[in-house]
Amino acid sequence: MRVLRWAFQAVFLFLVVAFLLYIWGNLTGNFERLGIRTDFRYLRQPAGFAIPDSDFRSSQSIFQALLQGAQNTAKVAFIGILLATLLGVIAGVARLSTNWLVRRTAALYVETFRNIPVLLIIIFLWSGLLQLPAIGEGREWLGLMSVSNRGIVVPWFERTGSVAVFLAVALVALLAAAAVWVWRTRRFDRTGEPPRRLRFAGGVFLAGLIVAFFLSGQPFTISLPETGRFGTTGGFRLATEYAALLIALVLYTGSHIAEIVRGAILAVHKGQTEASNALGLSGVQRLRYVVLPQAFRVSIPPMANQYLNLTKNSSLAVAIGYYELTRITGISISQGGPAPQAIFVLMLFYLMFSLFIALVTNLLNRKLEIPGR
Amino acid sequence: MTFTGPRPKEPYQIPPGEEVEGPPVTARDPRAWAKENLFSSVLNTILTVVFGFVLAFLTYRFLRFVFVDAEWEIIQRNITNLMVFHFPREELWRVWAALFVLAASAGFGVGAAGTRRAVEIEEGRGVAPGRGMLLRRVAPLVLLVGVLLVAAGSLTATLLVLGVAATAIAFRLLGRRVPARYFRFVALGVLVGIVASYLVITAFGGVPRDDWGGLLLTAFLAVGGIVISFPIGVGLALGRRSSFPVIRLVCTLYIELIRGVPLITILFMSAFALGFFLPPGTERPSLVTRALVALVAFTAAYVAEVVRGGLQSVPRGQIEAAQALGLSPLKTTRLIVLPQALRAVIPALVGQFISLFKDTSLVFIVGLTELLAVAQSITKQPDFLAQGLFVETLLFVAFVYWAGSYWMSRESQRLEQRLGVGTR
Repeated sequence: MRVLRWAFQAVFLFLVVAFLLYIWGNLTGNFERLGIRTDFRYLRQPAGFAIPDSDFRSSQSIFQALLQGAQNTAKVAFIGILLATLLGVIAGVARLSTNWLVRRTAALYVETFRNIPVLLIIIFLWSGLLQLPAIGEGREWLGLMSVSNRGIVVPWFERTGSVAVFLAVALVALLAAAAVWVWRTRRFDRTGEPPRRLRFAGGVFLAGLIVAFFLSGQPFTISLPETGRFGTTGGFRLATEYAALLIALVLYTGSHIAEIVRGAILAVHKGQTEASNALGLSGVQRLRYVVLPQAFRVSIPPMANQYLNLTKNSSLAVAIGYYELTRITGISISQGGPAPQAIFVLMLFYLMFSLFIALVTNLLNRKLEIPGR
Repeated sequence: MTFTGPRPKEPYQIPPGEEVEGPPVTARDPRAWAKENLFSSVLNTILTVVFGFVLAFLTYRFLRFVFVDAEWEIIQRNITNLMVFHFPREELWRVWAALFVLAASAGFGVGAAGTRRAVEIEEGRGVAPGRGMLLRRVAPLVLLVGVLLVAAGSLTATLLVLGVAATAIAFRLLGRRVPARYFRFVALGVLVGIVASYLVITAFGGVPRDDWGGLLLTAFLAVGGIVISFPIGVGLALGRRSSFPVIRLVCTLYIELIRGVPLITILFMSAFALGFFLPPGTERPSLVTRALVALVAFTAAYVAEVVRGGLQSVPRGQIEAAQALGLSPLKTTRLIVLPQALRAVIPALVGQFISLFKDTSLVFIVGLTELLAVAQSITKQPDFLAQGLFVETLLFVAFVYWAGSYWMSRESQRLEQRLGVGTR
């Protein structure tokens, strides 16, 4: 029987390997016939296209372009994950609110965005943003924000001097704040007085920042967008494509996260809520100290899944022209790069992203798991 | 032999003349309701006012757009394009015929499933369904069909749709009469119905799938994708839980690699590079086929994970009992494990189908004219060019996707409750 088992597996493995070899043979045969190289040397060729909003120049290699693309993907994924979590948690909690109107509004949001393809949301927002007035006659809100079809400009910091001193003092302030935090915690453990850690530590840090700002001779100012004839100067510009992609991904993923959060809160044992009511905790306290910490633990694995989905869905930017990994790969193929290798490399990049997110969330999960369960 | 144990207790009888206090009647006084649900505290009052204003404003803008400002002419004139795109118009009767076949087999299946459920509830194996009102259940679907018919504005189409609905109801009644023990043949019959409806369109001088477009292509890719990927996914799931390490490794690798990359990369691979992997000289399959291959390869990995969840939910005792009865491993899987596992994952599979339905919009990027692509292309017609009509077309497409997905997701929730998943 044992021999049979291994013989069966050997045959299976043989078939799989034979299939792969067959495909490989076809691939090399086709490449030879068409005169394409089978290696990855194309990655070192000059890209021949520039990437907007970056330092990338068209004389740099395709590999460099892909690295820039990975950076742009990460930019969407990271900020998208933060915002989607925020929106999702708020909507998820709101769906269980005691206020009927709040509950219904959250349900409306969730059920709308969960059931529409994310690609459609991306294209819709992008087309919408492109309809905005041209840059010369762009709309301004209180001089703080400027909105036009070239993107959204928000106030940002502008460097006017050396930041090194400022950062050094800010670091000291951060350390001091941490020390205050520890002190308040110890005091709370000893005396049982309310710790007010956030208020104390935050105050110290903020005071430190202000001191650092003046001590280092005001190293930066806030730059407001100013609209000129040929565009906006100053401020920080969110390109139309980036803004459309980010908002669409956040709205879509947020609706899925809201469902996870709702499920996780409902999964917290009813006795816990009743016990906290019996202890006289307020609604906010009940959420903050009893329900959410337990719901959070349950929801880490499905949340990790949503984070992966958001990162993978950022590839849909290819439809609207934001220069992330997939679009850069698409351009390199259309310029005559070998498609199989290019897509293979693209998949490797995404696998790395996926592995990274899986690693981080697994670590978090292990750390927060209730021991002994 | 005399029974010496304690006598069973008599059921408690209410003494005559005593009033029984039922559960407290909830007051349906609207003012009390509003006080409790909208203005229970200062914070709640503020929230109510703020949300009320925002919601009222958005509703007003939305309704005003839909009923006053929007120019729906682009949808009305292109409704056939949106449904089937370049499908030859003189062959449209085939699509209607396919709809009749589908309605018949679906109605038959639903009817037979109802009979089987009734038997199960009688035997105490099933959970009695909640009082689901049929009209509320099918509301999104009816709304969708209604909107499509209003957009089409054609009497023939309306009559045909009524005919399709009548066929579904008639076959549902017919399906009711099928004894529960023949249910597996009915399930097979539904599958045959789906294949038949495909053949009605393509066979005997019909229209090959490469000429399909619009909602027809979307539906074909979604249904075809799930039907083909289901057996592959079940195989992968069994392989991943197999006791053969080599098979386990290969299946796990496949599932995890596919799940680690976006669908669009697989679509790219299939659309742009599949030709390189075929033997030299073979003709490349059409773009529709290549997109279907990518969707199947992708969905199979996800179906596998869903099914694996079902396999893990089968109690270990079931397998041990089967072994104790002397069943071979193959028979244990086929007769004991799979039926229970697959039954438990039906709602999750519906969820997977919904996601595939939404994901078919991605084939637009590799150049197929499914629903979303048609919506984008009709705004470039000379009559409608550069008028910002994308809002109308995209809103319409979003509604079609929304109605379909929302309807199916609610049905899957119902199924979940009925199957008692997670409550056993």
